[in-house]
Amino acid sequence: MKINIQRQSVVTYNVDMEGATLLEVLNEIKRSQDPSLAYSSGCRSSVCGSCAVRVNGREVLACSYHAKDGDLVEPLNNTPVLRDLVVDMDGAYSFNAKAKAWQSSLAENVSLSEENQHINELQSDCILCASCYSACPVYAVNSEFLGPFSLTRVWRYVSDKRESNPKSKIDAVQTNGVWDCTLCNECTIVCPQGISSKADIEKLRAKSSMFGYMDPSFGNFGGSFNDGSPVF
Amino acid sequence: MKNRVIVVGAGGAGLVAALNAHENGAKVSVITKEYPTRSQTCMAQGGINAVLSGDEGDSIEIHVQNTLKSANALANESAVRYMCEEAPKAVAWLDSIGVPFSRTPKSKIAQRKLGGAYAARACYAQDYTGLKILHTLYDRCLAEGIEILNERYLLELLSKLDESGKKHICGVSLLNKRSGEIEIHKASSVIIATGGYSRLYHNYSTNSLSSTGDGIASALRAGARVSDMEFVQFHPTALKNSSILISESARGAGGYLLNSKGKRFVNELLPRDEVSKAIHDEIVKGEDIYLDIRHLGAEFIEKELPQEAKLAKLYENVDPVHDLIPIKPAAHYTMGGIEVDMNSSTCIAGLFAAGECANHKVHGANRLGGNSLLELVVFGRQAGVNAAKYAKEFSKEISHVKEKEFFEDEIAEIKRFTNEINFYEKQAYLGEFFYKNVGIKRDKEALQETLKLVEEMRDDLPKMGVSDKTKEYNTNLIEFLEFKNMLMLAEAVLLCAISRQESRGAHFRIDFAKTDEKYTAHTIVDSDKRVSYEN
Repeated sequence: MKINIQRQSVVTYNVDMEGATLLEVLNEIKRSQDPSLAYSSGCRSSVCGSCAVRVNGREVLACSYHAKDGDLVEPLNNTPVLRDLVVDMDGAYSFNAKAKAWQSSLAENVSLSEENQHINELQSDCILCASCYSACPVYAVNSEFLGPFSLTRVWRYVSDKRESNPKSKIDAVQTNGVWDCTLCNECTIVCPQGISSKADIEKLRAKSSMFGYMDPSFGNFGGSFNDGSPVF
Repeated sequence: MKNRVIVVGAGGAGLVAALNAHENGAKVSVITKEYPTRSQTCMAQGGINAVLSGDEGDSIEIHVQNTLKSANALANESAVRYMCEEAPKAVAWLDSIGVPFSRTPKSKIAQRKLGGAYAARACYAQDYTGLKILHTLYDRCLAEGIEILNERYLLELLSKLDESGKKHICGVSLLNKRSGEIEIHKASSVIIATGGYSRLYHNYSTNSLSSTGDGIASALRAGARVSDMEFVQFHPTALKNSSILISESARGAGGYLLNSKGKRFVNELLPRDEVSKAIHDEIVKGEDIYLDIRHLGAEFIEKELPQEAKLAKLYENVDPVHDLIPIKPAAHYTMGGIEVDMNSSTCIAGLFAAGECANHKVHGANRLGGNSLLELVVFGRQAGVNAAKYAKEFSKEISHVKEKEFFEDEIAEIKRFTNEINFYEKQAYLGEFFYKNVGIKRDKEALQETLKLVEEMRDDLPKMGVSDKTKEYNTNLIEFLEFKNMLMLAEAVLLCAISRQESRGAHFRIDFAKTDEKYTAHTIVDSDKRVSYEN
């Protein structure tokens, strides 16, 4: 089968590996055809988040996608390509710090029930593969958007009973945060862990309202265009 | 440089060490060849052991005894006792920073029973215990503003002799994967937390591709000692083709192990080394081995073993509801590592080690499930605290260390290697040889044959090298450097395995099938490859 890989230009490799995962195909190409091919991988079992790429325009983990004849493999979007399929994740991951995606102080002796724990069980399954980040269309208009995985992470901590200052978490996601999302749901569709950042962002919006924040785009109806929010 | 602590490795042990060094006043930089959340720790599923209550009659003393028993008399009792006593505090701390542990209906942290444990004491977060601990530690490091330098590959540890002839650490040399530039980072203290060396077994390992033992090899080159390298734990049930782990919970739930004739041949709930040996014997007889969970029913599998079902479908193309799952044992955890004392310190002043790369002598000849996540919190903390203390008191001037040019020349030299031999093929071959000859069962002849192969490969390194001469993001070069490190550790493993003429835990010698009292000691290898025994 033929696999097309976006390097400096698209290079086509021939491999005889029906039914293999894309990662196995990449390994075989590197081992026997072209050792200069660069891509990232780690655990081979969908938990380390290293090997996300785009196949025919859709984000997948190379280790859990079965390669098909004619596939076009490209690096993730919205992040600088270092070489071939390897992208620089520093910028994407920096949004975790900008969004203050952590528990604001150490919690001593806070008892959680099963119900408390189920609230953010799914969100804490995130493997930071950045598929959602790559699929997010907001970056086309706002490169400082905190983005789907960071906001899901904020929801994880805000919703946790151990967070003693949820308002500080909500304060941190007002600018370039929850209101900049278009709720297009692309992030949900590509998540290999079944997480919906869109849904988490909606929950963060509801929480923001509880703390007195409102959608700043409502202000635009008065004709003001200088508040920095995207205008479509 | 004064007060600066460098942590190499950003898995669980590295991040815990970094947080504790930071808390104790050090200026900390964490260095990783990938990104923190991609580290091997994310693959740990089972849980972290801690006795949280006396329900079920469990106690810290029983945790100690279970660990010692599994270690086959090769663990250090005071180190084990320290780890088990610290365990409840370690879990309470993880809970305090927000690790989303599963909970019981009584609002307690949920615990499951793992092999070799008297009671349910492994605290878990579904099947994602390691993932959730690692990510929460990472978030904590961000909260504390700890510097994390991603995609830097460790070349060497830099050290110097002082006036009295004692060696002390001065920093590290790194290859920045992105720029291809050499970086020299000076520091008064360095903590190695780079993980184990199971990738020696290549396609016969459950581990991440990154578990290549870089930190252990660098420490050995710098003059540190390594110990108990021959003890490698094989997990009984890895998928046959991919070596991806199928968790013990499948057997715990009532799964059978069958041979080609469809017959059971072992009690599936024996300890890991016993089950692996039984499977090995069947495979040697020519049998294929399968895990059978069909009788548990579709509903049960969907509810209780979804992860296993998903992995079997994805990587072996079988549906466990209707089909047998082909399996084999695979290298899973390396008990040996950098020799450290009761303060996590190596024999080089200022050089500390924690996690799977270090040998704190708590696992001995066979690690107990649930003790590796525990070890990385307890000893990661110890290493971090002690490194910070050392760095604070350190008053020497760090000068005259090897400069950038020295390492640039070394890389240039490797790029001049002739590349007549494809090292990827040699690496795969070495893995097969190791699995066959230095695996579950060993004997003198097979071990010596393997040592010869390793020596030949080492001599052939100049005929290998890289075809990609690019400076930026040269993964071909990084993988070759990893292969060089693995060859070095392969030799250390073999020297230990040949020397230990007895069977104990994960080290089974066909030619010395019994445990021999006189080997109740730790195998030490120094940088001159001398093997000795110490208690």
